[in-house]
Amino acid sequence: MTKKHKKTLCRILAAAVMLAVLSLVDTHRWLLFALHLIPYLTVGGDILLKAAKGVKNRQPTDECFLMAVATIGAFAVGLIRTGDFGEAVFVMLFYQTGELFQSIAVRKSRRSIGALLDIRPDYANIERDGVLERVDPYELAVGSEIVVQPGERIPIDGTVISGESALDTSALTGESIPREVQAGDTVISGCINLSGLLHVRTAKEFGDSTVSRILELAENAASLKSNPERFVARFARVYTPAVCIAALALAVLPPAVRHFCGLESMWAEWLYRALTFLVISCPCALVLGIPLTFFAGIGGCSRVGILVKGSSCIESLSRACCMAFDKTGTLTRGVFGVREVLPVQGVSARELLQTAAVCESSSSHPIAKALQKSAPAPIDRTEISEVTEKGGMGVSVLYRGKKYTAGSLRLMESMGVTVSAPPYSGAAVYIAADGEYMGRITLCDTLKPNAADAVAQLKRAGISKTVILTGDTEQAARSAADGAGIDEVCHSLLPEDKVEHILRLKRCAPKNRTVVFAGDGINDAPVLAAADVGLAMGALGSDAAVESADIVIMDDDLGKTAKALRISKKVMNIVRQNIVFAIGIKLGCLLLGAVGLAGMPLAVFADVGVMVLAVLNALRALNTKNV
Amino acid sequence: MKKSYKIEVDCPNCANKMERAAAATEGVKSAAVSFMTLRMTVEFENGADEKAVMAQVLKNCKKAESDCEIFF
Repeated sequence: MTKKHKKTLCRILAAAVMLAVLSLVDTHRWLLFALHLIPYLTVGGDILLKAAKGVKNRQPTDECFLMAVATIGAFAVGLIRTGDFGEAVFVMLFYQTGELFQSIAVRKSRRSIGALLDIRPDYANIERDGVLERVDPYELAVGSEIVVQPGERIPIDGTVISGESALDTSALTGESIPREVQAGDTVISGCINLSGLLHVRTAKEFGDSTVSRILELAENAASLKSNPERFVARFARVYTPAVCIAALALAVLPPAVRHFCGLESMWAEWLYRALTFLVISCPCALVLGIPLTFFAGIGGCSRVGILVKGSSCIESLSRACCMAFDKTGTLTRGVFGVREVLPVQGVSARELLQTAAVCESSSSHPIAKALQKSAPAPIDRTEISEVTEKGGMGVSVLYRGKKYTAGSLRLMESMGVTVSAPPYSGAAVYIAADGEYMGRITLCDTLKPNAADAVAQLKRAGISKTVILTGDTEQAARSAADGAGIDEVCHSLLPEDKVEHILRLKRCAPKNRTVVFAGDGINDAPVLAAADVGLAMGALGSDAAVESADIVIMDDDLGKTAKALRISKKVMNIVRQNIVFAIGIKLGCLLLGAVGLAGMPLAVFADVGVMVLAVLNALRALNTKNV
Repeated sequence: MKKSYKIEVDCPNCANKMERAAAATEGVKSAAVSFMTLRMTVEFENGADEKAVMAQVLKNCKKAESDCEIFF
């Protein structure tokens, strides 16, 4: 509670006590009126003042003005007819209590959501003459050496020069297992150093570092407004004046009609009903509940390592019907693995793998690395000599007295080696010993272990069509699609072809449904931008992806795509509940008020009570751990 | 040019009113107010003087909602 809150609370309590005492007093009507003015002004004085300011600035439909009119009107009704002034004071009291409660609730939720994004490092340590000195991270140039002590946050992206430690990346990725780092590894700002002292050479300025970019995104997230938010803003603009006009009509028309029909006109009764209307005319529950739900959803997403750029992105994602994937690095790990070993007769698979590893032992090409890894036995590199690269087509070496060659089919043909293997269009290495063909090893990118599960989850969450868009060959694309359970394959695409395919999918999608593209963002930024929702995976390091994507999944866990989809649906459900609930109760109370069944206390509930309930409902969106 | 400012405002509907008042100010192309983050994002017209425009934005906002503040 802030000072302002405490002051308001004191005023409310004082007024409540006075009101309770006054309810026991019975004296002359005018004296009673004057006495009631004391608690009324105590609790509602600022409202009256604000109302007057509103009138002066020609903004009369402000809620303070409405409350002022309603309560003054209630006093008037009391003076003319009932002699009961308690209600006017009570309404003001109830209203102020509700406002106070709402203000505290909003403050709390703003804090708890803000805490999720509280990853801003306040300082960086640099070593000067053996003494650690704290400096503003803004002041550090690229290439500075900083020291990160255990328990501190890494302030700027960079490379570890010395030291070993474990990093807590959970604020960025939602991943709870610490990441081990040592000299030479790159580290990302925002991670917490858990165990050892690290010396880091900065690679970026603070403003370009991951943590700054994430904070900037999060702070701007609210400016991309969704349809429901725009709807409630428009609704609020029409709603208040409409209810005020209805109130005026209610105060004038029925008594006038009764008067002309010769009945008792009951001015005071209808005036009271009209005043009830005014109390309900504030659209705050709606105007607060919907953006708060989105905000809580965005905060909840960031808690599990999903960065959302705006509430409109949540809305579009919730309407997704089709999801397209990039293959390499998204569905697959982006690392080659041995797919099939096909030796000729007389050569064992083990022998072929070993030979391939020997040939490729000095290369750093991804395929060579995969072959080195799959060597059945350790290689003694001193036995290898005369390594000759064959111009990007392969390599030949002298090993234990024999000349081995490993490379492409073209290399084999150019050497006059007869290859006896069925044609294959993917990545393959052919091996020959002294010009004699030994066999072939085919390689492919390995599917992420949870790819099939993630795709199945997406389908359960309402994605009806899944597509692979890849620049890779048909065979590689098909095997990935089969492994992950994806429906459609579009292969051998150039980046611009991928954009074409996204546009085609968008044309085919049913009305009001959207197309999502998930990619690693390294070379598919235009595709991310072309899709209704661009989802960048594991894109913490890639600027282009963070720029053009709508949603960034900070690690490369494919399962989070499904999680993001489920969260978006949950958030939209809460939004719909809040809209229906708030409008429903308000209209219901208006109706009851019009026929005289609901008094002002219920009207105040419809105003502030509904708002508080909407706030509590909205906060459910924060809980994303078990979605 | 787009800039984001910290604001102070009490109720969500008041935030909406500020948004409308800011957007209607001369020199402002578009304005968005987030009640939850208490931030106002203003996109200026080309060649607009930021300080002068923001002073006017604050004046207009005060007119629409007396109990507000913009920090610029």
